[in-house]
Amino acid sequence: MPMSAIRTETAPMASTAAAPVIAMTPKRPARAERYLKMAKEAAIRVVPPLVVLILSMMIWELICRRAGSTLPPPSKVFKDTRELIFDPFFDHGGIDKGLFWHLSASLQRVALGYSLSAIVGIALGTLVGQSVWAMRGLDPIFQVLRTIPPLAWLPLSLAAFRDGQPSAIFVIFITSVWPIIINTAVGIRNIPQDYRNVAAVVQLNPIEFFGKIMIPAAAPYIFTGLRIGIGLSWLAIVAAEMLIGGVGIGFFIWDAWNSSHISEIILALFYVGIIGFVLDRLIAGLAKVVTRGTAPN
Amino acid sequence: MHPYLKLDHIDKSFTRGAATTEVLKDINLTIGKGEYVSIIGHSGCGKSTLLNIVAGLTETTTGCVLLENREVNSPGPDRAVVFQNHSLLPWLTVYENVRLGVDKVFARSKSRGERDAWTMHNLNLVQMAHAKDKRPSEISGGMKQRVGIARALAMEPKVLLLDEPFGALDALTRAHLQDSVMALHQKLGNTILMITHDVDEAVLLSDRIVMMTNGPSARIGEVLEVPLARPRRRLELATNVAYLKCRQRVLEFLYERHRFVEAA
Repeated sequence: MPMSAIRTETAPMASTAAAPVIAMTPKRPARAERYLKMAKEAAIRVVPPLVVLILSMMIWELICRRAGSTLPPPSKVFKDTRELIFDPFFDHGGIDKGLFWHLSASLQRVALGYSLSAIVGIALGTLVGQSVWAMRGLDPIFQVLRTIPPLAWLPLSLAAFRDGQPSAIFVIFITSVWPIIINTAVGIRNIPQDYRNVAAVVQLNPIEFFGKIMIPAAAPYIFTGLRIGIGLSWLAIVAAEMLIGGVGIGFFIWDAWNSSHISEIILALFYVGIIGFVLDRLIAGLAKVVTRGTAPN
Repeated sequence: MHPYLKLDHIDKSFTRGAATTEVLKDINLTIGKGEYVSIIGHSGCGKSTLLNIVAGLTETTTGCVLLENREVNSPGPDRAVVFQNHSLLPWLTVYENVRLGVDKVFARSKSRGERDAWTMHNLNLVQMAHAKDKRPSEISGGMKQRVGIARALAMEPKVLLLDEPFGALDALTRAHLQDSVMALHQKLGNTILMITHDVDEAVLLSDRIVMMTNGPSARIGEVLEVPLARPRRRLELATNVAYLKCRQRVLEFLYERHRFVEAA
């Protein structure tokens, strides 16, 4: 991905650099050539997955179109879910809402739980990374707690909060906080002694040291944790919502299964996949912007 | 000579478990204001430890460092260090790297505009103002070291500590940078303590050369005055008798009397 991004950037530069040398070359063909090249690059990226997608759809269609097959073929999925696809915004009250509302309810829970875990995770990770005693005391406990599956926390949090909404948010928090803590701690522990020496000579106070040295130096590690965390959050929310009910994509899937609307399940899975992918890319993009220049030289 | 920086009976030993290694033994050294002193010795003799002690980054076991008759035992901008591997923060631009120190040291005494001007002034001193918006990864090794020097100078240190500042550079860049440091020393009159393992560098730059014996328990073996007038010119010195004599003395010390023993 980054490789091809670099190539698309250098391509136009090369052609403009060539222009003054060959003075007789008119500008238009050069530009057309550039667009052609860009189209080519895009095609290289888009065509292969498209071909695979179409092929697998065809195989799926062929397998599932026979009478008595348990799963619907793609053509039937499309026919059944037409309304849901083209009108995601309807709201008939209760949980009878368009997919947009279900997805946005899930995303809100993730946003809350994940923000909480990012803040707590970075704070605790800094503590564990910075203090030997905090590491000795906390690290073994974290290592045990992080292996507990997300859904195992749900009954306990329901008992504690006596409500679905905060419980779901807690499950997201507790699922995604561990990789953030652990990666932040590793990042902080790996801050080169040189940077610490610079801070000591300049006499940065602890708060300045945290903001000006620790966070930037550990940023690549922190973002690795954040990226794993967002993936886990999205995994956990779908499962948690199946159990807590209400509006949300997880319960939408469970509800569709209970009403035997298999096509709706497939459509929902498609959306879950796309949104998970977008969330991951978002954090990756943010990491790229924030950590530019952080790579050691 | 009026003592400006004084290393008073410094011993340093590192303890790991039951084993104690004595690194430095009874180091006494007095440096006058504006003096350029080099410490030379084989690798592993503890010369970097000594510099870290002066910088306050390492504690002494016994003895102390006095700067203007006051004990210093923690790091501070009055003893700015130019690190061997430049240690610029890669996420900051050249300007921001220098400004970081300036903002801390002159937080009260200079206004925002003055701090900006002072940062640029120091970048100009090392001829790096043109690259002020570049990141360390975008400039060469010699340029990084120039910025490192600017960062240290900008803190207006009482003593400038150079930890093998030219060690990681190629020979041509090193010569160029040595000339720059000589010019800066001439112009600003800083007190400089430099660690080096390069005999020519030591003789060319220093007023005095402190030669250290091999560790463990390294001590100051000999102190050599370099009786060469400043400004010094590299080419003229190549045939200068006093220069060659000094060079000879240091070489004899390092390669005859205190030859490097691998086991140490």
